[in-house]
Amino acid sequence: MVDGFVDTPRFRLIEAPPLARFVLRAPDAALKAAGKAYGLALPEGLNQGASHGERGKPGARVALHLGPDEWWLIVPEAEGPEVAAALEAALASHPHSLVEVSHRQVGFVLEGEGAAALLNAGCPLDFSEQAFPPGMATRSLFHRVGLMIWRMAPGLFRLEIDRTLAPYFVTALAEAAKDHS
Amino acid sequence: MLLIRCPWCGMDRPEIEFRHAGAAHITRPGPPDRVSDEEWAAFLYLRDNPKGRVAERWRHVHGCGRFFNAVRDTVTDVFVVTYRAGEPRPPESAPPETLPPETRP
Ligand SMILES: [Zn+2]
Repeated sequence: MVDGFVDTPRFRLIEAPPLARFVLRAPDAALKAAGKAYGLALPEGLNQGASHGERGKPGARVALHLGPDEWWLIVPEAEGPEVAAALEAALASHPHSLVEVSHRQVGFVLEGEGAAALLNAGCPLDFSEQAFPPGMATRSLFHRVGLMIWRMAPGLFRLEIDRTLAPYFVTALAEAAKDHS
Repeated sequence: MLLIRCPWCGMDRPEIEFRHAGAAHITRPGPPDRVSDEEWAAFLYLRDNPKGRVAERWRHVHGCGRFFNAVRDTVTDVFVVTYRAGEPRPPESAPPETLPPETRP
């Protein structure tokens, strides 16, 4: 959908491969058990992201703490069913909800030294490294659409956007990119 | 842009990430079979509209998603303090005219 759409020496937008996604709502008491079953400790600090492995490759795990009792879990598409089964088994004694939202949204990578400045074309967050350090993940807005922004490194962002709103986001980003080239 | 401090995120965040959600600290009367029409109408519809500091519910809808309470000045639009839903209104956020003269801001 987006390859080559936003591609300059200063930033590049890449669409993610198909992924399995879950929203976990659970109390703090369930975190240890959930992390053990998931294969990656769920970050305790709000607006923090954690991961291991390479996205889309076997065993890759992402956990994003986006609300006081809300985590997004993102794994390779083929591993979704086994991850869900392992979590449900581990959380049986805790009140929780685990909802698959794989196809609700699409993932992007925005990378390059100008990536933060480009995001600021539509997102009012402060992307200085003091205010938004690598490791931070949060929902916000890009113009009229909500999105999730996870900063993995100073010039490397992972984004998640609702599927039906993604064309708006990509078009708006491409328009903003013209001002930077 | 106006920044609002989300007491859950612990961060100052841009105003457009938030939604206003009416007056705070409104107690729902009950039990329902013993509530008069007047009491129920007051719960649903009757609100103060003061000039000055008001306690309001807000939601960090394009962020952590949580509701919280905020004391805001309707004259200056200054957010005096924000605090988590369920917590009492901080005493220092009282309307200035109710404070002793020597402590008024
Ligand atoms: Zn928040």
